[in-house]
Amino acid sequence: MNKPIDAPLQLPPNAREVGRSRPHESAAAHVAGRAPYTDDLPELAGTLHAALGLSPLAHGLIQSLDLAPLRALPGVVDVFSAGAITGANDCGPLVHDDPILAGEAGATLRYLGQPVFVVVARSRDAARRAAARAKDVIRAEPRPAVLDAPAAHALGQYVVPPMHLNRGNARQAIDNAPHRLTTQFVVGGQEQFYLEGQIAYAMPSEQGGIKVWCSTQHPSEMQHLVAHATGRAAHAVQVEGRRMGGGFGGKESQSALFACVAAVAADRLQRPVKLRLDRDDDFMVTGRRHGFHFEIEAGHDDEGRILGAEVTMISNAGHSADLSAPVMTRALCHFDNAYWLPHVALHGYSARTNTQSNTAFRGFGGPQGAIAIEHLLDAVARRVGRDALDVRRVNFYGPEADRLTTPYGQPVTDNLVQPLVAQLEASSHYRARREAITRFNASSPVLKKGLALTPVKFGISFNVVHLNQAGALVHIYTDGSVLVNHGGTEMGQGLNTKVAQVVAHELGIPFDRVRVSATDTQKVANTSATAASTGSDLNGKAAQDASRQLRERLAAVAAQHWQGEASAVRFDAGQVSLGGQQMGFAELVNLAYLARVQLWSDGFYATPGLSWDRNTLQGRPFYYFAYGAAVAEVIVDTLSGEWKLLRADLLHDAGRSLNPALDIGQVEGAFIQGMGWLTMEELVWHPQSGALLTHAPSTYKIPTANDAPQVFRTALFDAPAAVDSIHRSKAVGEPPLLLGFAAFFAIRDAVAAAGDDGADVPLNAPATPEAILRAVQAVQSSPRVPRPAAA
Amino acid sequence: MSTRPIRFVHRGHVVDVRDVPATRSLLDWLREDAHCTGTKEGCAEGDCGACTVVLGAADGQGGLQLRTVNACIQFLPTVDGKAVFAVEDLSPAAGPLHPVQQAMFDCHGSQCGFCTPGFVMSLWACREQHLAAGTRPSRVQLADALAGNLCRCTGYRPILDAGERMFDDGQTRLATAPVLQALQTLAADEPLRDFNGFWAPRTLAEFAALRADRPEARVLAGATDIGLWVNKQLRVLPELIYSGNVAELQAITIDKGVLEIGAAASLEAAWAALAAQWPQLQELWLRFASPPVRHAGTLGGNVANGSPIGDSPPVLMALDAQIVLQRGDVQRQLPLPHFYTGYMQNQLQPGEFVRALRVPLPKAWTQMRAYKISKRFDSDISALCAGLALDLDDGVVRGARLAFGGMAATVKRARATEAALVGHPWDENTLAAASAALASDFQPMTDLRASAAYRLQVAQNLLRRFWYETRADQPLPAQAVSVYARETI
Repeated sequence: MNKPIDAPLQLPPNAREVGRSRPHESAAAHVAGRAPYTDDLPELAGTLHAALGLSPLAHGLIQSLDLAPLRALPGVVDVFSAGAITGANDCGPLVHDDPILAGEAGATLRYLGQPVFVVVARSRDAARRAAARAKDVIRAEPRPAVLDAPAAHALGQYVVPPMHLNRGNARQAIDNAPHRLTTQFVVGGQEQFYLEGQIAYAMPSEQGGIKVWCSTQHPSEMQHLVAHATGRAAHAVQVEGRRMGGGFGGKESQSALFACVAAVAADRLQRPVKLRLDRDDDFMVTGRRHGFHFEIEAGHDDEGRILGAEVTMISNAGHSADLSAPVMTRALCHFDNAYWLPHVALHGYSARTNTQSNTAFRGFGGPQGAIAIEHLLDAVARRVGRDALDVRRVNFYGPEADRLTTPYGQPVTDNLVQPLVAQLEASSHYRARREAITRFNASSPVLKKGLALTPVKFGISFNVVHLNQAGALVHIYTDGSVLVNHGGTEMGQGLNTKVAQVVAHELGIPFDRVRVSATDTQKVANTSATAASTGSDLNGKAAQDASRQLRERLAAVAAQHWQGEASAVRFDAGQVSLGGQQMGFAELVNLAYLARVQLWSDGFYATPGLSWDRNTLQGRPFYYFAYGAAVAEVIVDTLSGEWKLLRADLLHDAGRSLNPALDIGQVEGAFIQGMGWLTMEELVWHPQSGALLTHAPSTYKIPTANDAPQVFRTALFDAPAAVDSIHRSKAVGEPPLLLGFAAFFAIRDAVAAAGDDGADVPLNAPATPEAILRAVQAVQSSPRVPRPAAA
Repeated sequence: MSTRPIRFVHRGHVVDVRDVPATRSLLDWLREDAHCTGTKEGCAEGDCGACTVVLGAADGQGGLQLRTVNACIQFLPTVDGKAVFAVEDLSPAAGPLHPVQQAMFDCHGSQCGFCTPGFVMSLWACREQHLAAGTRPSRVQLADALAGNLCRCTGYRPILDAGERMFDDGQTRLATAPVLQALQTLAADEPLRDFNGFWAPRTLAEFAALRADRPEARVLAGATDIGLWVNKQLRVLPELIYSGNVAELQAITIDKGVLEIGAAASLEAAWAALAAQWPQLQELWLRFASPPVRHAGTLGGNVANGSPIGDSPPVLMALDAQIVLQRGDVQRQLPLPHFYTGYMQNQLQPGEFVRALRVPLPKAWTQMRAYKISKRFDSDISALCAGLALDLDDGVVRGARLAFGGMAATVKRARATEAALVGHPWDENTLAAASAALASDFQPMTDLRASAAYRLQVAQNLLRRFWYETRADQPLPAQAVSVYARETI
């Protein structure tokens, strides 16, 4: 099934299309405003617009829905609630606990913002105006709401059973360690803030079919959920999407509710129906990155080596399971980050609360798991009085072979953390800057600088084995132009560009002869979400497989034409040659067509060698690891808690990059996004009503251009992947989000400089000015923590 | 009813628009009526910049003034008589890219591409302005020009690179002559009178008469708040009397030691005038909303809105500003603190409007600073904002005007704190007494931006920062007390 890829099939010498810094395939259209998104498609005649009526309560029991008055409002065509859904009222991706609409009388309202009914009207404005009367038409009895995860944990209220990942004997290792440290840490959630909000546009098609244009990372799942909701077979539902205006995980499972509502409405009315959410509704309805609470107990030695750790992780899952289980799995599998931990006991609780259902967001629990150990190492470093980098370094995986197995039993066979960190330490002048900062802080009474270097190791593959598969379809038309379709979705990451590069490379044709078409469930079936950073790994391989089959067929035609060996046929720069003979690619294609050779091919890929036991949390869930490290320097105002990122140096492992420009774009963008998560992006719910108060960009602040550091240096670490990944590249979507840790820990470092050496810095994330000032006051008022005596 | 259609220049032609509600947004008109879908809706509240377009108007000196605005909160009748430039204007469908677009392409400035047209338009306006002035922006100035554009993908570095590279080809420029000619034609149109309840008088006399006759109508200035009433609260608005076409209301003058800023002067023009007198206000100017919002919004609107977290009242109060109100042809003048009577309430009588703000010019003996605290540097609503001014005589405080936003139901002066300062030497003991007094001036609240405790603590700490900066003995430069201080702007 998996063909050996880098066993060199006559790779053309001069045409390494892969590895070139091509602009994004849509870049010219983007900058000209001519790249259509779902809402830009010309509207079909008769299109109606839907809006959602939302629960006004965080928790309650529906007594009645009085929707009749809404039907009489101007422009309103239809108003319906859960009872109108002819199929299953469920859009849960894994667990069937996620109603599309809350339900009828007697049903539970689970969070403030939960969709309860749908208004369909002739204009979007009319639909919104009617839907806005939700408070007047939903009669419900309030119930006590549980709004935060620790409270839900105390009640034993979870969306999935608790998970435990153990290695060795953590309790004993902690008890026997020279020093023990107990610490808590909290990290907030994060809104995806894709610039294009959720949208679905459904059209009834012939003989009971439905077509849905949808901004989604997971067309196949949309197809299946729409089929279930409307009581159809999957083959009657087509889902198509050319591009998203950002996804970041927020359109992996949670585009489903909108796809289902639009489809149900279109089905009921036999009219095209568009559901485009207002940004505020998008915030109120959909979930985001899980916030986590951590209780950590660790034993360590004088140098800061972690000898044993026991960690309780409590995530805020929200009202339903959604993807909370795999998010927690990934969190547990990333507590180790880049560190050898001989004895660990990790406990994961996905707490059910009366808030939006939290979901995928770039990193998918990995960042939450990894920041917990970074917090621990930072605290240990202050305790033992060593530079945090030195403490991190003594804990790195390897180099000895007996320090190279993860807590979940996967050997780390491609460890790059030492050389990568060493290179960054040197290129960023970490040590010299550390000294300069110490001098600055000694002479600066109000402002303090801080510096941190944090590493990343991130596991690549879906943590669920069967999801690691992909398909592609490559067509060669008789003029020699090539059309590619694959199961991945384009959300800005450049997947289509990379796949087109792979295809152009295989066929030895210029890049502009390859066009990638919209993702379409009628072309490649049963696709996995474009998620877990696997887009290029999976779809690139599938497209390569299809292209190779085509090249082999074409080579056979050429060989017959020239009376030579197929294996000696060369494809390069749009020319095909054998010995001294040559013809254009299109000419050969035409010959093949006349010879009745199939000029299109499917391709398939399944990642080899994966295994995972979801009960014991042991196995080999990841094909390989991606590495990276960042150094950040910040300045903090000890009077206000304001801070600024002065400089960032990033070094990231993208294997042998398929496209360095795109990969650097991913690395930088992820760093800023990670920094935003840990600093300025704060989610606040009203403590009584449960209303999300930060429900728009007016109140929820993502970084702007002035938040990017003036000195921003990014480089890719030069090392091909150790495994047979697509051209030995590595996935780059999620791992660099963890580079943003450096900014957070640099702030901690600066705060520490405001107090005595060794003082603990009780700073949680997000490090808003208020949180920073509180930490400054804590370090200024806390007496120096006694340092463990040197051995 | 409407006497004539809304008329403006779009894609080189004068377009006539009838049969739209007065609150139809420019964005919806572009996307749904003109079928120009390059401009995107990201938030519908002027905070993300995906809908950034550029408005052109005659600058009064024979040139064309280009200003970015958020199309999502720009009511269509407010572009009457102007030129609208959107991303489709920059390059022909099959033709070469404009230098701004080419630079974004070359620098990998787009990923998902959804915010991109808005960035392109902000960069385009920035480039046209700098080419006209014969200047080049620094990288920091580029970031400031992009403060109203959110990108979630790139981390901004490539976009700033593009902002530098777009000047490589300095030849391609907007041909302003035909636009100015078209605008001149439009200038001959009658003012819009009752375009579906929208009135756009051009003289102060007509404005004042309309206002007096229609006390139930709403004065509409930049719509940077009222636009949200429509988009988010779905409110049905009363008649609107637009102040944006009244030249007298936009005038900024200096006379007899007083800077007078017309109520309808844009925030950008007003802050430029203030920062010309008080260079220390430059940071607050840059942090006050985003460029598109400052271009649309007005100083009078910010003051009249009366939000306790508006950033101009603390500064204006510290500067001892007077507010001028007018009804019919009768004017009255109040010290600004007297204008506010409660949360979002003020002294305006039915039919009355804000005419201007009058600010006495700086005195040599006055020390003045303004500080803003928020989670993000750019375009964020303040947790608190302080305008602090002391009149000093040989190190002794003779007068104090300390005004805070975000600390009470209105922006207000810290009277007890001021009392603790006046008559005392500006030293650490006085600072301590003033700091203690601050706690009796304010009982702030806890909300999504900050806790009560933080607000009070930081208000006190900002007083300390002010002291560090203005004390007689070894004052500290801004760079030693603020992480945002810039050596040069």
